Amino acid sequence: MELLYDERIDGEIADVDKSGLMAAILAVAPRLTLLDREEDLRPFECDGLSAYRVLPMLVAMPTTLAEVEALMRVCYEHAVPVVTRGAGTGLSGGALPLEKGVLLVMSRFNQILSVDPDARLARVQPGVRNLAISEAAAPHGLYYAPDPSSQIACSIGGNVAENAGGVHCLKYGLTVHNVLSVEIVTIEGERMTLGGESLDTPGYDLLALFMGSEGMLGVITEVTVRLLPKPEVAKVLMACFDDVERAGKAVGDIIAAGCIPGGLEMMDNLAIRAAEDFVHAGYPVDAQAILLCELDGVESDVQADCERVRQLLETAGATQIRLARDDAERQLFWAGRKAAFPAVGRMSPDYYCIDGTIPRRELPRVLKGINDLSAQYGLRVANVFHAGDGNLHPLILFDANQPGELESTETLGGRILELCVDAGGSITGEHGVGREKLNQMCTQFAADEITLFHAVKSAFDERRLLNPGKNIPTLARCAEFGAMHVHHGELPHPELPRF
Amino acid sequence: MSRKEIAMTHLQDRQPEYTPPNESGPDALAGRDDSEALCEQVVRARAERATLRIVGGDTKAFYGRRVETAQALSTTGHHGIVHYDPVELVATVRAGTRLRDLERALADNGQRLAFEPPHFGDDATVGGMVAAGLSGPRRPWVGAVRDFVLGVRIITFDGKQLRFGGEVMKNVAGYDLSRLMVGAQGTLGVLTEVSFKVLPIPHAHACLRLELPLAGAFERLTAWGREPMPITGAAHDGEALHLRLEGGEGSVSATRQRLGGETEDSCFWSQLRELQLPFFNGAFDNDAHVLWRLSLPALARTPALEGDWLVDWAGAQRWLKSSEGRGFEDEPRADAHIHEAAIAAGGHATRFTPTANGDSPFTPLPPVLAKYHRQLKQRLDPQAIFNPGRLYAEW
Ligand SMILES: Cc1cc2nc3c(=O)[nH]c(=O)nc-3n(C[C@H](O)[C@H](O)[C@H](O)COP(=O)(O)OP(=O)(O)OC[C@H]3O[C@@H](n4cnc5c(N)ncnc54)[C@H](O)[C@@H]3O)c2cc1C
Repeated sequence: MELLYDERIDGEIADVDKSGLMAAILAVAPRLTLLDREEDLRPFECDGLSAYRVLPMLVAMPTTLAEVEALMRVCYEHAVPVVTRGAGTGLSGGALPLEKGVLLVMSRFNQILSVDPDARLARVQPGVRNLAISEAAAPHGLYYAPDPSSQIACSIGGNVAENAGGVHCLKYGLTVHNVLSVEIVTIEGERMTLGGESLDTPGYDLLALFMGSEGMLGVITEVTVRLLPKPEVAKVLMACFDDVERAGKAVGDIIAAGCIPGGLEMMDNLAIRAAEDFVHAGYPVDAQAILLCELDGVESDVQADCERVRQLLETAGATQIRLARDDAERQLFWAGRKAAFPAVGRMSPDYYCIDGTIPRRELPRVLKGINDLSAQYGLRVANVFHAGDGNLHPLILFDANQPGELESTETLGGRILELCVDAGGSITGEHGVGREKLNQMCTQFAADEITLFHAVKSAFDERRLLNPGKNIPTLARCAEFGAMHVHHGELPHPELPRF
Repeated sequence: MSRKEIAMTHLQDRQPEYTPPNESGPDALAGRDDSEALCEQVVRARAERATLRIVGGDTKAFYGRRVETAQALSTTGHHGIVHYDPVELVATVRAGTRLRDLERALADNGQRLAFEPPHFGDDATVGGMVAAGLSGPRRPWVGAVRDFVLGVRIITFDGKQLRFGGEVMKNVAGYDLSRLMVGAQGTLGVLTEVSFKVLPIPHAHACLRLELPLAGAFERLTAWGREPMPITGAAHDGEALHLRLEGGEGSVSATRQRLGGETEDSCFWSQLRELQLPFFNGAFDNDAHVLWRLSLPALARTPALEGDWLVDWAGAQRWLKSSEGRGFEDEPRADAHIHEAAIAAGGHATRFTPTANGDSPFTPLPPVLAKYHRQLKQRLDPQAIFNPGRLYAEW
């Protein structure tokens, strides 16, 4: 897929005079760091989806709220698009810059404003790293639950914008379940708070609406998160299977038995070998699949759960079950899983990470489908999943230097996502649509649904200046690239402009 | 008019009557798909420039402003559990399904809606429950209605039934319209179907009563909050702290021993959820006081308001039987005073006793927020067909 912004189908963007714009911004925000020289812009040309790169017109690195507000007002007046960037670890090109746009980098908003152990919450600026919050809360025996594998680098603002998950979200929830409030600056430069320190607020649940909205509705300038007490104990069982399907079924058995593990992850043979080779976690390299099941809570409950799960795994046909001896071994088991992406990266010049979700019961069928597709396209696929919540991360191994391989990788990725949608799932569980999955949005949603998304967008950003060309495709794009569900051969509202 | 009469007018016309599903046989599960008729009614209303008052079991009519001069759009003919797979922890249900029917089906499989929504009447429907967005005593520990909504179908202003979200636990494709619908009280569209994440009922539970003053209760709850304890309910009625424990056998029995107190019947919690404890007697239709719900930061100091308090959600939800502004003429002023006091304490207030004057029971929104609410309503319901003025008079 051609990922770069295409005004013909993604919508027109006004031409503005760069130096005029800079002068206008600096007139209202004289101390704002603005970068415009090519060598300064270079580090910001891509996010975690590094196959695609664009130099922004300008990079703005504010340190105060007043600067953000002023910048937004000027951009709004001049009709200049604003792409917000957190730490740039996003995997769907959500923070991919626009040639004619300003890249608003929030990384200097990096202060933890307060940690309140009694109220169990932390107020932080959006550029604070995910892990830094848990580190700041640790002296109080508390932590911030959502733990994306990128947690040492990704920012909480980016987490909110993507509704990030982690290996523990089966039990402790996604970002949406762990954030109490966010402060937003709108494209018009107004400030508002969504949510609050009370558990609900009057009016619509705009806090939920902004979760995962990929910088399309407003800029997040502050986040208040809920902290949880650290579980007393955590134990990890590793179960090996000689058959992927059987492992998939065991996942359902555990949950059906009324047990909600803290984490329930699965890796297939290729991923196991890659991880073992990289971190020596003690994984059995001949297993077709392993399940990592973490049970946490109060000592006595965890003991009972471990016993229950062990029996279930045995019945499900596990060939070997190991309980991590101590905390060090538990960490090691997880290290292999958390390093799975880079580990697979070592096996191949390039890899491409897919992020589909499916109902758990479809796991065996979808896995088989992925295998078939892998053979059909002649590309190896390693599978890593958040199995407990049906979130797959097939990693396609390829070599971008081989002509055509990137293209067939992307096609294969698209086919895998279609498989997920067919199984009743979604094209993205946690990495977001960004620029990458725009065309697949047309598979998942009907034209009327996409039209309603645009209606939501226009309530907050009528001029389409916030991160245009991301998250929601134009109907023109769907008509051209996507397998748009066109009913009776007609697009809805043919009278409307097609973006 | 007495409060009782006001309360009655708030039940509106009680029309149309609830049509119970055929409960015997496989039909009860299959239910009935009435969505086409519902879509048609919306299309007609749009053409006629009419407005619609969306109604399920009409058990929560008091929770919001009266919707004036509208036709009723009843969801009760659209009922049934579309899909429930205990292994997936997911249930998809038509909006007109009775809440108790859903809860029974879940309980038969050892599962439940963990956010324990209040019913406020036998006829409460799933759609009404989600639209109202009210959660029960377990809210601070397990989450609210919106935390368990995975997907919805809605009928939009142009009479189309659309689907957002789905039956999977994680889904970040597009904006989260499913959660936006929770608590929107039907003002953005007609909910026709909802998919929930459901959870297993824990192996063990215990209900305790500890006699101690409110200040002491707060102190303890604060300390306990920093430990992993199996608490899923904490309320103070002025005399005693009521606690509910749920979890594994080991942790529940250990915690119970550690905390002491006397055990009590679990019906305390269902009565609290349904506002049926003696504290609430006559709260809806008694001329002596007005019932308010204050949603505050759990540790907020009790606002200086006249009346009796019952504290739930470990302090985050407080019920006030207010005697502020006794006598009806002063009520709007008293109401404003309570809203202000709640804002000052870091939260907001909702009036549960219906008022005759048409004021919103909800705390007014700050200007910027109000602007975006208005714009959102305008985009999703441009002709203001759905429940106009239900939340706030302006939209
Ligand atoms: C090795 C690796 C492992 C990963 N593992 C996981 C995982 O387990 N789970 C998971 O969910 N994700 C994972 N990710 C993806 C990524 O880390 C997350 O999406 C993360 O939330 C992005 O945060 P960021 O600060 O890097 O955001 P960016 O990449 O900078 O931006 C992401 C999106 O958020 C928007 N945005 C950023 N900041 C703001 C703001 N202040 N206001 C408004 N919009 C903003 C951007 O416009 C963009 O659309 C992984 C990535 C990598 C590279």
